[in-house]
Amino acid sequence: MTEVQRRWMFLAGAAGLVAFVLWGLLGLPGFGNYPGPYGPSILRIAVAQTNATGVVSAVNFAYRGFDTVGEEFILFTAAAGVSTVLRHLRHERERSAVDEAADRDVPPTSSAVRMTALVFAGPVMVAGWWLASHAQTNPSGGFQGGVVLATAFILVYLAGEFLVFKRFSPVDLTEVVEAVGAGGFAAVGVAAVAMSLPYLTDYLGLGSIPGAVSSSGTIALISFFVGLEVAAAFILIVGEMLEQTLLIRQEDSE
Amino acid sequence: MTVFPFIVVAWILLVGLYGMVTSRHLVHQIICLIVVQSSTYVLLLGVGYVTGAVAPYYFDVPNHTPAVDPVVQALALTDVVVEAAVTALLLSFAIQAHKRFGTLDPHELAELKG
Repeated sequence: MTEVQRRWMFLAGAAGLVAFVLWGLLGLPGFGNYPGPYGPSILRIAVAQTNATGVVSAVNFAYRGFDTVGEEFILFTAAAGVSTVLRHLRHERERSAVDEAADRDVPPTSSAVRMTALVFAGPVMVAGWWLASHAQTNPSGGFQGGVVLATAFILVYLAGEFLVFKRFSPVDLTEVVEAVGAGGFAAVGVAAVAMSLPYLTDYLGLGSIPGAVSSSGTIALISFFVGLEVAAAFILIVGEMLEQTLLIRQEDSE
Repeated sequence: MTVFPFIVVAWILLVGLYGMVTSRHLVHQIICLIVVQSSTYVLLLGVGYVTGAVAPYYFDVPNHTPAVDPVVQALALTDVVVEAAVTALLLSFAIQAHKRFGTLDPHELAELKG
């Protein structure tokens, strides 16, 4: 099939798709007229039932907690998948991370980049922890916090060298952290079953002040484990990708 | 303008699809897939919007203030996570394809297969 034929075929298909999509979308209640019932019901009961002022987190880690376990394992599987796809193939070997053409005229990382990255690494890590541990109060949570935490490690790479990044986040340790994060979430749920409660039932008890970090039962604990898992998964994925460009070489190309 | 956000959804979906069909580079194609998926964020958040309502956070507003639907917002969060996972996996496939065939042009990759 030629390029032109492909494009015409796409246009024909797209015209039909647009007709159907718009037909469906225009049948929805207009923008701003959300009719419910799920949103309003949850908004009515969430704060009283979970003590979480962040209702989105309450939905994610309590009402829809079982879904979120699956979601977390999607990320876990993806990280495992990336490691598998990017494994060392035959004809490939790992070379040392030493510049083999030291006489090349490569501009060094500018000190402005190094300084900025170093200055930000610490605060970014604190921000990540803060986000991961405040799911129940405000628009944050394990997923957002985990990504910010992983960014702190990537800043270390930006400020220094790949080897420093590797020393800060050794693969073995990162994998353990990822497993603890993923398993911890599942274990919080199983612990409820062990107390003959339904899976993921909140058994920690609610504190007195809605929105306080310690007062929404298992939401904070789950969010913490999700933060660990997400941060470790992203560090692993980024590490694998960097390794591909920096360390892996075809044997016959050298 | 109660339908405008939904027209935006259809537009983002189509632009992404067009990019995927005409793409000449796998990484570009993956980014177009992300654009296609972004239309679902706009759709989810658009469906749950309530005119004049606040975000579903009662940290600094009184309880029972009318708020937008938190369920679709939670779904959008799930959507983002899945997108990140899928993107990482697809990019690693692109790395291996480039190693194996020395090109990232989908047309050339299709020819090599035969």
